[in-house]
Amino acid sequence: MAHNAVGRPQASFQRTERSLMQRLSNDRNWLGAAFMLPAAVILIMFLAYPLGKGVWLSFTDAKIGRDGVFIGLENYEWLSDDKIFWLSVFNTLFYTVIASVIKFLVGLYLALLLNEKLPFKSLIRSIVLIPFVVPTVLSAIAFWWIYDSQFSIISWSLKNMGLITENIDFLGSPDNARLSLIFANIWRGVPFIAITLLAGLQTVSPSLYEAATLDGATRWQNFRFVTFPLLTPIIAVVMTFSVLFTFTDFQLVWAMTRGGPVNATHLMATLGYQRAILAGNLGEGAAISTAMIPFLLFAIMVSWFGLQRRKWQQGGSDE
Amino acid sequence: MSNHNHQDTASVTTGVNDASEGMSYLDGGIRKLIHVYLPLSIIMVVLIFPFYWMVLTSIKPDAQLINMDKFNPFWVVEPTFKHIQKLLFESEYPRWLWNTMYVSVVATALSLFASVFAAYALVRIRFKGAELVGAMIFLAYLVPPSILFIPLATIIQAYGLFDSPMALILVYPTILIPFSTWLLMGYFKTIPYELEECALIDGATRLQILVKIILPLAVPGLISASIFSLTLCWNEFIYALTFLSSTQNKTVPVAIVSEFVDGDIYRWGSLMAGALVGSLPLVILYSFFVEHYVSAMTGAVKE
Repeated sequence: MAHNAVGRPQASFQRTERSLMQRLSNDRNWLGAAFMLPAAVILIMFLAYPLGKGVWLSFTDAKIGRDGVFIGLENYEWLSDDKIFWLSVFNTLFYTVIASVIKFLVGLYLALLLNEKLPFKSLIRSIVLIPFVVPTVLSAIAFWWIYDSQFSIISWSLKNMGLITENIDFLGSPDNARLSLIFANIWRGVPFIAITLLAGLQTVSPSLYEAATLDGATRWQNFRFVTFPLLTPIIAVVMTFSVLFTFTDFQLVWAMTRGGPVNATHLMATLGYQRAILAGNLGEGAAISTAMIPFLLFAIMVSWFGLQRRKWQQGGSDE
Repeated sequence: MSNHNHQDTASVTTGVNDASEGMSYLDGGIRKLIHVYLPLSIIMVVLIFPFYWMVLTSIKPDAQLINMDKFNPFWVVEPTFKHIQKLLFESEYPRWLWNTMYVSVVATALSLFASVFAAYALVRIRFKGAELVGAMIFLAYLVPPSILFIPLATIIQAYGLFDSPMALILVYPTILIPFSTWLLMGYFKTIPYELEECALIDGATRLQILVKIILPLAVPGLISASIFSLTLCWNEFIYALTFLSSTQNKTVPVAIVSEFVDGDIYRWGSLMAGALVGSLPLVILYSFFVEHYVSAMTGAVKE
């Protein structure tokens, strides 16, 4: 609006000098499009297009170095008979559910602890975030060493305490390997959840607790009926992100077990990598990736409703 | 809610908290010790231990690494810089470190450039369909690399970018732009519109307004976005693993996983040194910009 008001007097004085450029730069839509261009080009070329192409590839028999032909649902039919694929689906869900639940509980607990009055609070908060800052693969390598079958520090400590007699084979047996990976994932994910929830906690006005306490609320009731409802929207968003990234995790598993022992820790992403890139069956790998999309859509829906609820809670004004 | 507002609210909150000692006098010393300090210390020790272990291993002589009964494994006597020295002078590690930095810095710069314009257009130009585009950018943030790397590998191959740092420089912005745009939108919204109107009346173009008025005021947001973007690039693994093949082009995370693993029981020293040296630049950067880092992390979620 302000724009047109400025444009008009200019036009009357300098009508002859108005070039195409000037007219375009005064038009909201043209200008918006021009400003969006760099981001749009990159996102369309390297995000939207590959997303579509991935779905297309899953219907072809493409191999590395060879364009495939359309084969319909054959890749999916093949996968539906593939025990390893179903194992990877199970692993992915197991990994995501267990890790997310524990990450949420520990993260929330840690956030509540950090929200107490503490000395050196900001220093503590900085330290808590370190697992999130250290590149995942590099901390995975550290875990690999901690989980070593011969020189594991955990085995050594437990042996010295007299709790076990033999070294624990953390990554050698299927169940141990799954749990070890889940632990590493929790370790890495907790700081993110704790710090974002802490930011949410800090926006809760203390007068609400005072009012609740005057009404005779216990600590638990304070948490259950004041903190938790106010925190729900941010929990919804944080957990969506967390679930999404846990579900599509690749690095931790690839750095530590590469899906072994005997495919026991393959997630859908690592199996997709193995089939598509190492074995060269792009079509089959793409089918595995595409099979992840419904789960992701589900997570996004949850996030969407979380955000809607947030707007409603804030009276629909604040974005 | 914007980051600025949030920080304000937070400080107000603390202020109120300080005034209301009435609540916290209920917390006796012992209760606080058992319910707060004890669990907090346990969690902190678990969170910090792998990093401590990484540092310790990388300066331990080999003999101490594998003889845990003779030497207390939780400490080091006669620390050595042998592993780090070997890493820096007898391997291609400096080259990998350089690749990682180069790719991260260029991809971050490219993303920031694109995001500044996109965020400004979405918040202030409000062209037709801006809301829809904003929602799509948020959705783009939710598309994980794990479902894109296979088709992207064929696209990178088709463009002739395979095994080139350029592939990563062009692909990483797909992770960074949605995040940075979203974050910067929050910062731009807090800048009073009146400033812009004044400039428009004085005849400034939109580009001049963006560069001379908006950007200087959004510096904290720009720092947050760049720090976080750098971290994300440095951290990225699956694209780097898929698109790079020759040893000299690899980034640190990929090289550590593929080049160091030779089954030697003495490899742990150099592996941990590699992990440590690869993490340190980020940890140092982080320690200077903790606040920006936190506001980037929470801002992206809260917007």
